Amino acid sequence: MSLDAEVCVTIGSFVERLHLEVEDGEVVAVLGPNGSGKSTLLRALAGLRPLSAGRIRLDGVVLDDPGAGVLVPPESRSCAMLFQDYLLFPHLTAVANVAFGLRSRGASKADAHRLALEWLERMDLADKAQSKPGELSGGQAQRVALARALATDPRLLLLDEPMAALDAGVRGSMRHRLRGHLGGYAGSCVLVTHDPLDAAAIADRLVILEAGSVVQQGSFEEVTAHPRTQYVAELMGLNLLRGRASGTSLVLDDGTTLVTASPANGETLAVIAPRDIALYRVSPSGSPRNTWSARVAEVHLMGDRARVVLDGPIRATAEITAVALVELGLSDGSPVWASVKATQIDVYAADSRGTTPIP
Amino acid sequence: MTAPTRRRPPPAAVVAVAAVAAAFLAVPVVGLVAKTSWSTLWSDLSNPVAVDALRLSLICSLWATALSLAFGVPLAWVLARIDFPGRNLVRAMTILPMVLPPVVGGVALLLAFGRDGFLGRPLYDWFGIQFTFSTAGAVLAETFVAMPFLIITVEAALRSMDGRYEEAAANLGARRWTTFRRVTLPMIGPSLVAGAALTWARALGEFGATITFAGDIPGRTQTVPLAVYLALQDNEPVAIALSLALLAVCIVVLVSLRGRWVGAITP
Repeated sequence: MSLDAEVCVTIGSFVERLHLEVEDGEVVAVLGPNGSGKSTLLRALAGLRPLSAGRIRLDGVVLDDPGAGVLVPPESRSCAMLFQDYLLFPHLTAVANVAFGLRSRGASKADAHRLALEWLERMDLADKAQSKPGELSGGQAQRVALARALATDPRLLLLDEPMAALDAGVRGSMRHRLRGHLGGYAGSCVLVTHDPLDAAAIADRLVILEAGSVVQQGSFEEVTAHPRTQYVAELMGLNLLRGRASGTSLVLDDGTTLVTASPANGETLAVIAPRDIALYRVSPSGSPRNTWSARVAEVHLMGDRARVVLDGPIRATAEITAVALVELGLSDGSPVWASVKATQIDVYAADSRGTTPIP
Repeated sequence: MTAPTRRRPPPAAVVAVAAVAAAFLAVPVVGLVAKTSWSTLWSDLSNPVAVDALRLSLICSLWATALSLAFGVPLAWVLARIDFPGRNLVRAMTILPMVLPPVVGGVALLLAFGRDGFLGRPLYDWFGIQFTFSTAGAVLAETFVAMPFLIITVEAALRSMDGRYEEAAANLGARRWTTFRRVTLPMIGPSLVAGAALTWARALGEFGATITFAGDIPGRTQTVPLAVYLALQDNEPVAIALSLALLAVCIVVLVSLRGRWVGAITP
């Protein structure tokens, strides 16, 4: 085990408490909404914000332990951070930026320069070595910053929203490149993001952080298949319902009953994909076991598809084709019938499976 | 053909008052230049009194600037980066000499560093150091009035600089001194130069505190402003020539800084 962090940070009334373990060579994505404490976690790991309680160990060495009075300053940690807006030193050339960490850690001027050039070549930026940060594109600046972080050969690499400062158009290819560069990295890596695409493309494991606590963790597939909070479900574009199941009948918190195909018992979560909800102008009669009357709250057109947010006993989003939207004549406030087949409701126990107990 | 830009005419009364204000500020300077006897300018400046004053002013103002840099930059850093109780009070105290009448500053210096001052007496008794009537006193007086200009300029620059660059440097393994030298200093460089130039210009023009504290001894404490004041009584061309020299220096400083120092002071 490489990183073992028991993090507790208190900022005013905000309390962040979580346990994070990252293996060598593993990339863990910490995903969460704004204000969930993602950046605070990275700052604590980097030593830029001391813990209020808990303990951070890297390769068995204690970096921060308020109880024992240990606090290793940021410059003495083998931990490099890729800052959200990169923070390349504006007065230094690209190669001097990359050499900065090497110089600070004791390399001679010549060695640092040579190694920095090698890193820039690896990033396909050899021709930009003498450019100042102001002359680089967003993607180039990100690669220089990554080279600067990796050049010091850190045991722990922290990536703070690495794609946030890039234009949407280049994010896809930059994710791919970043995944490639991280492939050869032997240390532990923590990636903080609010974009599930970053997590899907780059990370081995997902940790979902909300209001300072881990609400769910696991592989991308596990988390997307069985979201445990509305935030995760919305992130993945799924409808999440909560209720009590007894056999194949699920009583939602508001009293509505749904029929499910697989039996369950007790506190239960149910996921319905928006494309599995069908909409009708009049009450349908047919095989779907679940039918309810609703009202259109919002309509979002996305290419040839439309997402229709429904109000009513069940707040859910249905996805239909744009053609169907026109034929049904739906707009905000329209009454509508919704139905879903019992087999398309995925139920699972609402216990804390997949979440870390809060210390 | 471009369409004529249509603008509302500016309010005439305001423009008139503004013109009076501009003239009020410009006319005396123009008068000084007009009164200069250009043919004898060089010989007036070569007058032994003028040469001594110019040499002394240069030495004292450069010393004052150097001392302000050596002590003012660390103070500015502490004010900008460290949150401690009484910080606002310390800041107010350091800026006070900017608004304090220089003569009052001179009296205060006299009471502290004079031969009978509470710091001046032990310094003289134990080390034989005397500030009054000495060049060191002139340097001290100039530093006292000029250093605040450096402090507020540098502090404002440190505050407006994104402190996360310093965090990035620490994250890359740079110790505090390395971070300061290789990241902070270059990033506030323009403001540091502007602050030093302002400090130097202020030190060069210092009169009240110097004459009160250090006295008016040719060759030792008689800097250019003091020499101008004295020469005005018996040798007006020398006074005008020296004034012109100071004016030229000020214009050079102003032009070389352009709008920068205004931007540096307001964060």
